[in-house]
Amino acid sequence: MTDRGAPARRTQSSLFAADRRTARRNAVEARFRLYGLLAICVGLLMLAVLVVTIVTRGTGAFQQSFVTLTVELTASKLDKSGTRHLEAIKKVSTFGYAPLLAAAFETKAADLGIDTPLNPKEMADLLSKDAAATLRDHVLAHPEQIGQSVEFRFLANSRVDGYLKGRVSRDSIADDKNISAEQLDFVDALVAAGVITKTFNWDFIFGADASDQRPEAAGMGVAMLGSLAMMLVVLVLSLPIGVAASIYLEEFAPRTWWTDVIEVNISNLAAVPSIVFGILGLAVFINYMHLPMSAPLVGGLVLTLMTLPTIIISTRASLKAVPPSIRDAALGVGASKMQSVFHHVLPLAAPGILTGTIIGLAQALGETAPLLLIGMVGFIASNPPDSIAGALLSPNSAMPAQIYEWAKRADPAFYERAWGGIIILLAFLITMNTVAVILRRRFERRW
Amino acid sequence: MNDMTRLENALDVTEAKISARGVQVFYGDTQAIRDVDVEIADKTVTALIGPSGCGKSTFLRCLNRMNDTIESCRVEGTILLDGEDIYDRRVDPVQLRAKVGMVFQKPNPFPKSIYDNVAYGPRIHGLARTRAELDEIVERALRRAALWTEAKDRLSEPGTGLSGGQQQRLCIARAVATEPEVLLMDEPCSALDPIATAQVEELIDELRQNYSVVIVTHSMQQAARVSQKTAFFHLGNLVEFGETGHIFTNPEDPRTEAYITGRIG
Repeated sequence: MTDRGAPARRTQSSLFAADRRTARRNAVEARFRLYGLLAICVGLLMLAVLVVTIVTRGTGAFQQSFVTLTVELTASKLDKSGTRHLEAIKKVSTFGYAPLLAAAFETKAADLGIDTPLNPKEMADLLSKDAAATLRDHVLAHPEQIGQSVEFRFLANSRVDGYLKGRVSRDSIADDKNISAEQLDFVDALVAAGVITKTFNWDFIFGADASDQRPEAAGMGVAMLGSLAMMLVVLVLSLPIGVAASIYLEEFAPRTWWTDVIEVNISNLAAVPSIVFGILGLAVFINYMHLPMSAPLVGGLVLTLMTLPTIIISTRASLKAVPPSIRDAALGVGASKMQSVFHHVLPLAAPGILTGTIIGLAQALGETAPLLLIGMVGFIASNPPDSIAGALLSPNSAMPAQIYEWAKRADPAFYERAWGGIIILLAFLITMNTVAVILRRRFERRW
Repeated sequence: MNDMTRLENALDVTEAKISARGVQVFYGDTQAIRDVDVEIADKTVTALIGPSGCGKSTFLRCLNRMNDTIESCRVEGTILLDGEDIYDRRVDPVQLRAKVGMVFQKPNPFPKSIYDNVAYGPRIHGLARTRAELDEIVERALRRAALWTEAKDRLSEPGTGLSGGQQQRLCIARAVATEPEVLLMDEPCSALDPIATAQVEELIDELRQNYSVVIVTHSMQQAARVSQKTAFFHLGNLVEFGETGHIFTNPEDPRTEAYITGRIG
């Protein structure tokens, strides 16, 4: 009876038409795929917004307006004694140089036939506050040029720079005492004459930070060296310590209550907020050990504490990923435990360890909070360090701290530089991650 | 004095290369092997057969102390290699494993060149002083493993690029390169196709001339083909041990008979 019924039921369903259950399952799957796609789209959109914002706001920092001027280095003002003694020339402060700049502007305006109601001093206000110092430095370096006319490229004032970049408009200067509409007219004329030009700003990448009054002169270079010194400390300390700890825990340590506690705590450390490491660094390295404040060495030590858990966790994961059959094979031919680890397991785990290390370093490079507490912000890193010891021990800033510092300052020109700094920082991070990927690929191919 | 006792021992054990007495193995609280007594003769192939989980692999791994790597594992009883207790406190397992080589179930060549795979053991044990000597050792080992003709032109290529059967023969070459006295094989053919299996079996028969071979196998035909002695394990007990021909044609224990006729397993 049942045998007869069964074939009859089977003929009713066709493979060409999906039954209700199948249709429902397919619908669920299609919906799930859609959600996934949506999630990815949202992520990509965020990324696009981020990149576009950073690029549009930050690229301005890589261009800078310069004024090309021929300055007559009047002997009567710069070397009153007429002896050309360096000591005598040094007595003239930057205030003594300001009239030369005003005079240079006056002649320039007259040469070009620009009609302006500005007096020479107001014209000279278009220059950066840096200009007189630049001039003085040049004269001190080349005292023999006194009495001659020399061509200089001076930084333009941040308002002028902003005007050329569109940050400052004629409407926005209504309440601005630093620049007037007449000065902007004059700037227009100078731009038309090719005296004021916008060029790529290498000083932003390689130069030092500048004081509040001179955003146009501020650069990232010294902070970059600070970051480099910190990364050096982090790499030198965290890689050997992290790898040694991981190898011991993963390959040698017996499974006991103690190793469990250590393991849990390493995972916990990875989740500790970085500011906690900062205050620990302040208490231990600066207050107790009396290491110098604001030094990249201290920054590096603090970041090492922060990076260690990351490196240990990724190293252990890549050690664990090495198939146990390789360890068996090595032990089977009579290798000692250590030989099996160092000859076989570690080389196989190396790409993973390397990637983990570079990603840990990249994380440390972008870390700001702990640096706030050990004093790597709030001052102007104006001089590049003169030696490796100096780079480690003398006060410095770091890239993210420098960005934070700029973003804090009032002048919108600094704000632009903060965005520009973010571009540099991101360029570093992307480079590091790319290196990690490339190294991993290359290593893996070799095995 | 010492030499005399050694000599006596040696004379004593010309028959038995390895003799296991009252071996018990525990994993934590569970007992994996109970009271196993086996005499493994020199220059013979001894097969360990039995259903899955019967403890034959565990016993095999006791013979070169690979079980040491498992933390919860505990071995009792005595296992003598040439009359010396391998579980004695003075024995360094690393030294032991140089004498008792092992080939694993899954071919596990190092992800290095064929040459380096074979040369690794001799290198770490300092068996060769010059490159030429090492070359000779590698060639000899590969010849013994019947891999030389296939591999001689591609010694610098990675061992992982070989086929499964070739990889297993490479592992055998790697094991014999250190000149062991005993070769343990843990289901060496279970991951291989019939042709590769036939090659490895032939190889095992040749290896018998130089080594005593202990092989764990799931295939009773294989045990019958390659071994002279067979030990049947069941539920952690050594049920029967004797001449292979005898065990397969005329088993004494009903469990052995049930297993080889396919009623348990």
